[in-house]
Amino acid sequence: MRDINVKKSFFYGFLIVLALAYLVPVYMAIVTSLKNPAEISLPTAWAFPEHINFGGFAQAFSLLKTDVFNSLILAFSATIISAFIGSINGYVFSKNRFKGSEIIFTLLLFGMFIPYQIILIPLFQLLNFFGLYGSLTGLILAHIVYGIPIVTLIFRNFYDQISNSIMESGRLDGAGYFGLYFGLILPLSIPGFVVVGIWQFTQIWNEFLWGITLTRTESNPITVGLAQLAGGQAVSWNIPMAGALMAAVPVLIIYIFLGKYFIKGLLSGSVKE
Amino acid sequence: MATTISRIHRRDIIKSVLIVLPSIILIGIFVYGFIGNTIYTSLTDWGESAGLALHPVKHFVGLNNYKKLFTDIIQNRFRQDLVNMVFYSIFLLTGTLSLGLFLAVLLDRSVKYEGFFRTVFLYPMSLSFIVTGTIWRWLLAPSGGVNLIPEIFGLPRGKFLWISNRQTILIFNWQNVLTILLVPFTLLMIYLLIKNFIKADIKKGIIYSIAAFFFLLYIFVLRNILPPVLPYKEPHGFKLATIGIIIAAVWQYSGYTMALYLAGLRGLPASIREASKIDGATEFQYYLKIAIPNIRPITLSAVIILSHISLKLFDLIYAMAGADNINTGHPSINMYLTTFRANQFAMGAAMAVVLFIIAALFIIPYMVHSHKERKSG
Repeated sequence: MRDINVKKSFFYGFLIVLALAYLVPVYMAIVTSLKNPAEISLPTAWAFPEHINFGGFAQAFSLLKTDVFNSLILAFSATIISAFIGSINGYVFSKNRFKGSEIIFTLLLFGMFIPYQIILIPLFQLLNFFGLYGSLTGLILAHIVYGIPIVTLIFRNFYDQISNSIMESGRLDGAGYFGLYFGLILPLSIPGFVVVGIWQFTQIWNEFLWGITLTRTESNPITVGLAQLAGGQAVSWNIPMAGALMAAVPVLIIYIFLGKYFIKGLLSGSVKE
Repeated sequence: MATTISRIHRRDIIKSVLIVLPSIILIGIFVYGFIGNTIYTSLTDWGESAGLALHPVKHFVGLNNYKKLFTDIIQNRFRQDLVNMVFYSIFLLTGTLSLGLFLAVLLDRSVKYEGFFRTVFLYPMSLSFIVTGTIWRWLLAPSGGVNLIPEIFGLPRGKFLWISNRQTILIFNWQNVLTILLVPFTLLMIYLLIKNFIKADIKKGIIYSIAAFFFLLYIFVLRNILPPVLPYKEPHGFKLATIGIIIAAVWQYSGYTMALYLAGLRGLPASIREASKIDGATEFQYYLKIAIPNIRPITLSAVIILSHISLKLFDLIYAMAGADNINTGHPSINMYLTTFRANQFAMGAAMAVVLFIIAALFIIPYMVHSHKERKSG
């Protein structure tokens, strides 16, 4: 009996050490962001700040506030629009399959697996042609279009779990094509919208490649602002660390409180659920 | 009655098609059309002189840009980037798969506060590479952060240069690149032909024998006869500066493989675990002999997604080392610099196509596989 207890405490001790190791970067970001610039030096990097100083956060916020604002507009608008596209597409590919719909679905999915470098040059040209290069609108458009595959996939998997007998009884009650969608399917879709909403919001919030290639300074998203803040050599490290935490907080809140749905989105990325 | 049903049915099909038509058109243009456009651009000389002109003069130059990428001395960096990408992928895959499986097995026994541990191991995945890259850059600073850890145990402080390291190990000559790539394939073919002959599957055995024969013919004979891919020796190898980036990437994505594996382990029926216990198997044997082989499809999905992520290391490298650090280079970064800084659009397009082909080698078989599975299931 004593043996088992020793084993158990060893096991939990090991798990806790592992968990602490995973938390190291967050610890480092927090202590550094709260230090005075004068107090930051490499040999004392691990130490707690002697005096807690929120100056880093204040400076990071004033430097990044347009970027945060841009990212909020970008993530909310692109997420909402692409969620509705995904819902109606998923309704077709799950509940109203027709000849050839499977192959079309597979061809749509291909779009989420490409390395985006392959479409970057024509995308840049097209946005330039329509006068959208450099603007937030162009970036929103890109996120909506290239989000179609994943949102369609998540909603299709979600609707596959809704039994067809509900559809049948709806039809017997005289509901038509759109009546079934708006009256029956859409009200049942709230969990699907939560999964898609969380997934798209975090992906769009975190995205960098299009941000840096397709926007000008005034419409940069937060990731681009942070990369430029941290890339500059002159600033002291409490500012980029505070900026990194600011960019992390929205997605961390979503992840911690709605983790279950986040994981659902994550697992659906592996095509089969 | 029957005719009205089929008429309603036909009308429903028209509605379905009209609903998905905008998505089909958008993906048709923005994915397939754009891929075609990039391939076309890669065959021109756009960007040589008139990069951003309103009506740039483009000439068709065939495969010239690709030839330059693989043989021109100026594009030396691109070849090292490709080598880096291979190492990034190998270490990211082996690191995340083994660590993720290890964590999943740890949590797969009724662990108290399992939710807490799962959350901690998975949270890095929710963050942007730019956020984690910024923090890791500070952690891996030469005389601070991680290098200070040995001091806690009374050891001298680490001196390893994580990101600014210039050392290269496992150096090989680019002239031998084909041989090096062919050796593992040859060994695989020999293994498969022996396996098939033992199983008395003569037809497959002969196919693999022919493939092995041609590979061996190249390695031992043709290589010495054909002109070399480069007229001069060009060393490439594993850059030690990439280790820091690999560590950060494994830290960020091991929770993801843990989540995948944990879902798989939980999906196994409890009865097989009971049965293996009754047969006297230890827990270790249960995982090694029963559980892990049973969740092989998950490993396949994870490999596909992770190889895809290793193609996207752009963000992490940009945040940790900057785009201009040659030692941590990656083809996607080179593509960005070539296209958007140097305005050499055609060359950038060629780099993008090379990346795309490498990705397609993994993805297309996977998509065909899952398409068939959806149809049958």
